[in-house]
Amino acid sequence: MTTGFPAAAQQALQDTQLRRNLGNATRTIREKRARAVAERPDWEALRAAGSAIKRRVLRHLDEYLLQFEAAVGAAGGTVHWARDAAEAGAVVAAIVRETGAREAVKVKSLTTDEIRLNESLAAAGIDVVETDLAELICQLAGEEPSHILVPAIHKNRVEIRDLFRRAFGRSDLSDDPNELADAARAHLREKFLRARVAISGANFAVAETGSVCVVESEGNGRFCTTLPDTLVTVVGIEKLVPTPEDLEVFLQLLPRSSTGERMNPYTTLWTGVTPGDGPQSFHVVLLDNGRTDVLGDEVGRPTLACIRCSACLNVCPVYARTGGHAYGSVYPGPIGAILTPQLRGVEEASTLPYASSLCGACYEVCPVMIDIPRVLVHLRARVVESGASARSERAAMRALAWTFGDDRRYRRAQKMGRLAGRPFAHDGLIARLPGLGAWTGTRDLRAVRRQTFREWWERR
Amino acid sequence: MSAAREEILRRIRDALADVPRDEAPDDVDVPREYEVHDPEATVARFVERLRDYGTVVHEVGADAVSHAVGDACRGRGVARVVVPADLPEAWRPDEVEAVVDQGLDAAQLDDVGAAVTAAALAIAETGTIVLDCGPGQGRRLLSLVPDVHVCIVRAEQVVGGVPAAIRLISAGVRESGRPVTFVSGPSATSDIELSRVEGVHGPRRFDVVLVHA
Repeated sequence: MTTGFPAAAQQALQDTQLRRNLGNATRTIREKRARAVAERPDWEALRAAGSAIKRRVLRHLDEYLLQFEAAVGAAGGTVHWARDAAEAGAVVAAIVRETGAREAVKVKSLTTDEIRLNESLAAAGIDVVETDLAELICQLAGEEPSHILVPAIHKNRVEIRDLFRRAFGRSDLSDDPNELADAARAHLREKFLRARVAISGANFAVAETGSVCVVESEGNGRFCTTLPDTLVTVVGIEKLVPTPEDLEVFLQLLPRSSTGERMNPYTTLWTGVTPGDGPQSFHVVLLDNGRTDVLGDEVGRPTLACIRCSACLNVCPVYARTGGHAYGSVYPGPIGAILTPQLRGVEEASTLPYASSLCGACYEVCPVMIDIPRVLVHLRARVVESGASARSERAAMRALAWTFGDDRRYRRAQKMGRLAGRPFAHDGLIARLPGLGAWTGTRDLRAVRRQTFREWWERR
Repeated sequence: MSAAREEILRRIRDALADVPRDEAPDDVDVPREYEVHDPEATVARFVERLRDYGTVVHEVGADAVSHAVGDACRGRGVARVVVPADLPEAWRPDEVEAVVDQGLDAAQLDDVGAAVTAAALAIAETGTIVLDCGPGQGRRLLSLVPDVHVCIVRAEQVVGGVPAAIRLISAGVRESGRPVTFVSGPSATSDIELSRVEGVHGPRRFDVVLVHA
């Protein structure tokens, strides 16, 4: 983060089109989700189970990873390990190059966005084609995705039509979503039919059997995991679940929380290589890239339970106004505000833990019960400890501690506040204070009362 | 790359210094108080859920499957279908040309109008068809590339909710690593202003022939 969340948010708030797109979109998904969740009388029991399964996995992650590695190997696949983004990029590039292919089709995956895999592969001379409709829109526009689930949530149909007209050379296209989707289908079908290598992420990976699960809507996930000869799947080390049966919990939690559907159109679960069916060469890249740092913080650890449903984005009053780009990360919204600073280090994203009003709506909807407000507060403390908070704020807090530490100093400060505030107060409110614009720019202060409680008490 | 492996494992063990050494994974309690057998899960619920997705459901007796499959194909304007080699003769569409899959490539599959397959089981609560490449289902590619998928489900294959289905297919995953596909309605996207559009990549039309015993 070079500019920080407040600067980026300020800019996003000026874009009225963006705010309208976001307002409509988040409201629609929020309502759908609420209906889908209300249908399940055992929703809270499912959340409790989901949270506990993730807790079990995280507390014994090394064992589960080794079990997964052995199972993938036994099923005919190969497991690679990558400490960071650069290492993962190099591993994937080497696998693709080995096949002789110069092009790979890719199914939407946040993990690969996180490590900027497309850029590493481009640098290695490999073209990556995004096959998810929204990701394709972002790729053609040269923009970053702005929502976990609906990456092009910031674009409306007219903007998309103009983009497709240019990209596909089809000046006849209208802004009807059916027609736009058809154009993308035709464009991508041809890519699929000649693709020899595919790259995917994973929603879940099963330690016991080495199976990998991809949850999707469009069918591009099925194509990528079925059609090409070689499949490379990049998996964050936190994506494991112990057994296939554990999927019965997450395959209920995820679709209802994310798209508000009873079930997403397609879920694919595959195990290594199946002779005569699907890719005959299968590679898994297990990625750390900061996850072990998150694991090492006991308060922050539950962040790794996230199943990327994006329910917390859609209920967040901050996200609904600023949109995803302001978070400066592929993980926007409340989950991004806690995940990004932990993955990159709090110094690198010191404003994100403050991108929240701590209203708690995110915790309420989280299908794996991540207490996001608690982690936000914890990270704010870490930001202050790291010295990355604003210098003026630290000076103010020190002065406050000094003042509050002594009864006489406190009384004197109250008197001074009354005098000093008088020139700025109008109708009992202070709207602006010189030097404290960052605070008063968005808030009015009450003028200091003529009499303090203590003064009143003494004269009583 | 084994240096990466060793280092990641070491980082994990360092990060988990607070976990007691003698704690086993199963010591971490997982409460499973959710419903495993959905009482509402009936064939009627299954049909209702499918129709919510816009799926056309043809309900027939065991002796009328061929005709119903044929009707489904004709209803979608399909003249030529692909079927897995082990799809029972009585389940192939009448008066529609059926190509038996003997390893067709993707481009050849793209040229047929529809795929006709059986299913492993189905989930009432979510209107889901589960395919596990078992009898009558063929390769994964078969039910993916053609624009129409007609799936034949026997009423007794319908189970209650997701847990019941997962428990049934887990055995096959464990024993033989069978690939599993859950299909709930036609391919869809809501990527453009959240308007639901059917069929970006997978079959744009998904019909079910439900066979009552």
